[in-house]
This record gives sequence, structure tokens and C-alpha cells, in this order.
Amino acid sequence: MASAVASKSGPIAHGEVPTFPVTVIVRRFDPEVDSEPRWVDYDLQMHGTDRVLDALHKIKWEIDGSLAFRRSCAHGVCGSDAMRINGKNRLACKTLLKDLDVSKPIYVEALKGLPLEKDLIVDMEPFFDSYRAVQPFLIASSKPKDGKERLQSAAQRKIFDETTKCILCAACTSSCPVFWTDGQYFGPAAIVNAHRFIFDSRDEGAQVRMDILNDREGVWRCRTTFNCTDACPRGIQVTKVIGEVKQAILRGKP
Amino acid sequence: MTTPTIESPKAPVRTHRSRFNLEAFGWVFMRASGIVLVVLIFGHLFVNLMIGEGVKALDFAFVGGKFSDPFWMVWDTLLLWLALIHGANGMRTVINDYAHNRLVGVILKGFILVATIVLLVLGTLVIYTFDPCPAGSPADLLPSFCGTVG
Repeated sequence: MASAVASKSGPIAHGEVPTFPVTVIVRRFDPEVDSEPRWVDYDLQMHGTDRVLDALHKIKWEIDGSLAFRRSCAHGVCGSDAMRINGKNRLACKTLLKDLDVSKPIYVEALKGLPLEKDLIVDMEPFFDSYRAVQPFLIASSKPKDGKERLQSAAQRKIFDETTKCILCAACTSSCPVFWTDGQYFGPAAIVNAHRFIFDSRDEGAQVRMDILNDREGVWRCRTTFNCTDACPRGIQVTKVIGEVKQAILRGKP
Repeated sequence: MTTPTIESPKAPVRTHRSRFNLEAFGWVFMRASGIVLVVLIFGHLFVNLMIGEGVKALDFAFVGGKFSDPFWMVWDTLLLWLALIHGANGMRTVINDYAHNRLVGVILKGFILVATIVLLVLGTLVIYTFDPCPAGSPADLLPSFCGTVG
């Protein structure tokens, strides 16, 4: 069945994408009606090319228009639709239904550790607060010469290449058990974005950021459980990055 | 039309924390003591359970012998202090991660601190004041080798 889609020999006839039944169980919460979130089942007929986001669209557009969730680009770039899918933080737009076990129901719920607002929408403000706290912008005292750009070698750029990929979807931070505890911990995403500037040769604020992260609730609360690395939809080795920041703080320089 | 001037972002807050705080020290301590403990613990197990007659040789006299050898007294002191502090600090981080109530966390950490100090003091006392044949004790309470030693 699936080979019909992947096959390169011959044109694929219209409508040949296989369909299959799937049950999606969404953790719904309407603050005006519910006192507690409740799980609601939806039986859908989906295509082999569909993603979890398409299933949510189908529910919202055809079954229950009151389902609330965030999504913007729907192609894994904006980071709006991070959610817990079968207990793992994933982007709904990057998770194909056929990659999940569709013989069992698929559980979809909002990110953990951030205040739940409605259905799959959480309050991202605590997440952005800790992002802001690491000063994620270029700090430079000098102006580049002759109105030109600040030069950097390919090798210098490569050091922090990994952390430039972050889309701030909060999948890593809200998968971190230490972040769930009291929300005081900066969380992986803020450390990733601090790393992006700490190791940037054009930046002069590394010491400030390392002082901030050398706090009681800073990098030292990381327990290297690797949840964040597993959760990152961009493939950033988050735990490794946090390890590099720890080393830099101990060294006293990037 | 003139180009709008954009105010420069707020000057970075420079924090005047000392660079080496307690959490950082704890993080390094856990790693350093972990490596040393691997050597100490496996050395301890090897000498006690495998060398010579193995586990059958373990008796009061064996322990008494070790506690009278300065090498093993230092070894056991290191083992006691590093293992207890390593374990207590590990428990402290577990409480930090899991005790949602601040008061409960403080109480639990208090218990750990007290238990650690009591065990450290008692253990150290035993290592350095242990005498297998205390003078003036009734002979029937003393181990058999006391007559030959003392």
C-alpha cells in the first residue's frame, strides 16, 4: 500500500494515497466550563501523508470547531505547534501519523510545565521570560568599520552553528523534569540561546550571560536526563550544548 | 524624511556574583568524588571479598586488623566522607527537584544534614578510636586473639 506512494515507476494515480482509520484522543480544557482537563476521543479517516496537525485540522474544521491550538507556518519553521504527542514533545506539523502506531489511539495534549490556557494552548510567557533573561541579542561596544559587516571566519561560525537553529518552540524546556518542578530553572531553550551568543566571536557579553547562568537556578540544575535532546524538532543536541556552557563557566571564558 | 533613531537596548545588567558559587562547587565535587569513589569502593570490595580467602576471611579480627593499619584508616576515612557527602548532596538535589513545598524541602534537607553530620562523626570516631582489646574488659567478652596481641 505504502509502496504505491513511494514508487517512482509510473505516475501515481489521483487518490491513490492510502487511508486508514485512526483514533485521536485530545486533552481538552475550556477554562470557562471545565474545572479539570478531560480526554475526548475523535475517530478519523486519515491519509498516509497526513501529519498530526492535519488530524487536528480535520477535527477543528469538520467535527468540533471549538478545538483550540496554535499553528502558523505548519511546516516546522515557526515553532508554534509544539505539543505532547503520545507522551513526547513534538511539533504536530512534523509528526506523520504513519510514523506513530495508528493501531492504538494517539494521545495529544498541551505542553507540560507551562500554565494551560485552553485545549492545546499554554501560556508561553514564563518560557519567554527566561529566554529574555539570558539577553539573547548581540552585545558589542564597537561599530563595524566603514559601515561594513562584522567579520567572522567559517570556523568561528561553526562553533555555535547548532544553537542558531532554535525556533523557540518550547519543546525542550517543557520536556525538562527540573523545569516542571518550580519553573525557577532557566530551562534548556534559554541556555541554548545563551550558548548561541556566548560562543559568538562578535559578541562581548559572554561574561554577563555566564554570570546569569552561574546562578543557583542556572545551568547547575541540569541533570542531563537528555529529555531536551530527544524533544528538539530541530535536532539540536541540547544536553551537549548545556554541557558546553557548564564547561565555559568553569573555565571562566567561552 | 530623516531616518528614525532607535534607542540602544537596555544596558546589560552586570551581576556581581562570585564566579564560583556553591551549586557550581557541588557540581564539580560530584564528578571528582565520583571518580575517586570508584577506585575506593572497588579497592575496598577487592581487598575484603576477593584477596586471599575471600569473603570467608571477613571477621572481627579482619576488621580490627584493618583499623589498626594507618593506610586502611586513611582509605576508610576518605571512603566514609566522600561517599556520605556525595550521597547526601545527591539526595539534596533530588529534594530540590521533587519537593514542591518549600517548607517540606527545608525540613527534608535538614534531616539529611543532621543524619550526614551524625554518621560522619560516629564513623570517624570508630575508625580512629577503635580498640579491639580494650583494657580492663572481662576476658570472655574479648576476641580470642587479644591474649596474644596484648
